[in-house]
Amino acid sequence: MDTKDNAEEYMLLKGNEAIARAAILTGVDAFFGYPITPQSEVLETLSLLKPWETSGMVVLQAESEVASINMVYGAGGTGKKAFTSSSSPGVALMQEGISYMAGAEIPGVIVNVQRGGPGLGTIQPSQSDYNQATRGGGNGDYKVIVVAPWSVQEMADFVDLAFELSFRYRTPAMILSDGIIGQMMERVKLPKARKRRSEEEIARECPWAVNGHGLKHRRPNILTSLELDPKVMEQRNIQLQAKYRTIEQNETRYETLYTDDADYVIVAFGSAARIARRTVTMARAAGIRAGLIRPVTLWPFPSEAIMQVASHARALLVVEMNAGQMVEDVRAAVARLDGKRIPVEFYGRMGGMIPTPEEVYGALLRVREEVSK
Amino acid sequence: MNREDIIKPENFVYGKDPLVNNTPMHYCPGCSHGVVHKLIAEVITSLGVEEKTIGICPVGCAVFAYRYLDIDWLEAAHGRAPALASATSRLWPDRLVFTYQGDGDLACIGTAETIHALNRGERMTIIFINNAIYGMTGGQMAPTTLLGMKTSTCPFGRDVKLHGYPLNITDIAASLQGTAFVARESVETPASILKARRAIRHAFENTMNGIGSNLVEIVSTCSAGWKKTPVEANKWMEENMMHYYKKGVLKDISEKKN
Repeated sequence: MDTKDNAEEYMLLKGNEAIARAAILTGVDAFFGYPITPQSEVLETLSLLKPWETSGMVVLQAESEVASINMVYGAGGTGKKAFTSSSSPGVALMQEGISYMAGAEIPGVIVNVQRGGPGLGTIQPSQSDYNQATRGGGNGDYKVIVVAPWSVQEMADFVDLAFELSFRYRTPAMILSDGIIGQMMERVKLPKARKRRSEEEIARECPWAVNGHGLKHRRPNILTSLELDPKVMEQRNIQLQAKYRTIEQNETRYETLYTDDADYVIVAFGSAARIARRTVTMARAAGIRAGLIRPVTLWPFPSEAIMQVASHARALLVVEMNAGQMVEDVRAAVARLDGKRIPVEFYGRMGGMIPTPEEVYGALLRVREEVSK
Repeated sequence: MNREDIIKPENFVYGKDPLVNNTPMHYCPGCSHGVVHKLIAEVITSLGVEEKTIGICPVGCAVFAYRYLDIDWLEAAHGRAPALASATSRLWPDRLVFTYQGDGDLACIGTAETIHALNRGERMTIIFINNAIYGMTGGQMAPTTLLGMKTSTCPFGRDVKLHGYPLNITDIAASLQGTAFVARESVETPASILKARRAIRHAFENTMNGIGSNLVEIVSTCSAGWKKTPVEANKWMEENMMHYYKKGVLKDISEKKN
C-alpha cells in the first residue's frame, strides 16, 4: 500500500481490511490478535502490509485471546496505542483483561466482529454481545466505551475515534461490529496518514505511562487495579463512576433519519440499522411516516435523544440481531417520559440469521396496526 | 564508642540500594522475596538502567513488589505478565523489561503465556520465585509442590494419583529455542546470593543487548506456608527442594544469539 498520498483515494475493502489499513494510517503502535472467523482478515491484512517496515507498527499473532488482550494492556500501560480484534467467543475470553484495563485506567481498543452464540455458536453475524459490551462484561463496576459502525467507512473512521476516546478518558474502548460489516465490501475513503507519536510526545500526552521516561525527575509510575484498603478502593470506584458520568455527558453519539415528523421510529444499531434504513424508505414510499434513530455509541447510550424522538411518536420498534438486548435500554429511556406511554415493540433474529428490510417492514406494519386499534 | 562515631563515610561497607525505598515489606520472616527484590535493585542500579526499566508484577505474594522498588511498574492479571512483557518489550526496544512471578502465576495459570513468550524469544527476563506453594492465598498446593509435601489442599501430602507430578518448568524453558540464558539459583546463604545476583545480572544484560528470552528461577523458602521457622525452612529447602530443582546454569547460548 502506498501510504503517501492516498487521502483522496477510495478503495473497495472489506470492513476487516478497512480496520487494519486505518490503524496503520492513523499511527497506531501495535496490534495483537488471534485468528477467529469472521474477523481473521484484520491480522491477515496487517501481516500482508508489513507496517513494521513502514510506520513501525508492531503486529503479533498471540497464543490466545487472553494473551492478546493482556498484550494490549501491557502496551497501553506504557502509553502506546494498541488494539486487538476478535469475534464473540474470543471477546468473551478477553473480559478479564478488559476489566483490569478499566480498573488500572489503561487505554486500548478492542474490535468485536460479532458472531452468533451462545458457546461456539455460529460463524454467521449477530449482535448478541450487546449486553456484554455495554454492561462491562468482566468483574467489577466499570464501563467500556462502545462505538457501533454500520458501514465499512465507519469501520475505518472509528479506529481513530475509539483511540481518541480511549486515551482521552484512559479507559478501554470497543468497536462493536458484526460479521456482516466485517465481511462485506464497500467503497471507503481511508484516513490521512500520520506518524506514530514519538517518545517525547507520549511522555507529554501520557504522564502516567509506565515506560521509565524521565524517572529521575518524577516519582515512579505504577499502574494497578489492586487496592486492599476498602476505604481507598471505594474512593477509586467513586472516581471511576464520576469519569463514566463525564463520558455520558460528553460522548453520546447517535444519528437520526426522518425522525422529526415520524409516527413510527425504528431504533437499531450497526447492521440492523442499515437494514432498517431500507425499511424506512419503503414505509415512506407507502405514505407511512417512519423514521430511524441509530445509536452510534452504545455506551454511553443516547437515552435523551431516544426520549425526545419518542415524545412525539406513536410507537417505537427496536430491531436487533439478538433476542432483545438494546430494547431494554430503549424501554428504560422511554419510561422517563412523563405521563405518556409509548409502546416499544421488538423485532429480532438470532443464531446468525439476518432480517430482511421486508421482514422489518412487516413488523412495522404490525406495530402500526396494534397502536391504531 | 557510640552510634555517631560508627556511622561515617570511611566506615561504609554496605548500604541499601537507592532503588529500594523505605516502605516496610509485607513479606514474612525468612521469605526469599525481600532478598531477590534487593538483588534486582542492585543489578538495575549497577547497570545504570533505572530510567529504562519496566517491571511487571504478578498476582501472588509479590503482587506488591511495586511498592518496594522505585521503578516504573505494571501490575498484571494472574499469569499474564509474559504477555504484557512481550508487548512492552517489542514497543520499547531499548528498555529493560522483566517480569517477577511465583510458581502459581508462572507455572500454573500462566503456563501458556510463559511458554509462548519464551519460545518466541521475547527480549525479556523472567524472575521466577519457586517456593513450591501458594503463599498469598494461605498455603495451597502449587504446580511445583513436591511429592509427599503437605499443603492445605493436599493435607496428606502430594500424591501422584491425585495431583500428578511437580512441574519442572525451568527445564522446559531451557529446552525452548527462544531462550538464551536459563539458570536456577537460591538465596539462603551469602554465597548463593552472590550466584543469584550474577545470574540476574547476566539475564538483564542479555535483555538490554537484545539477546533472547532469559529466565532465572530462584528456589525459595516460604516459612509461613511450610509452617517452619526461617532456619528450619532453609534446611528443609536444601534437603528436599534442591534434589528436584537442581541449581546451576541450565542453558547459556548468549554468545551464539548475539
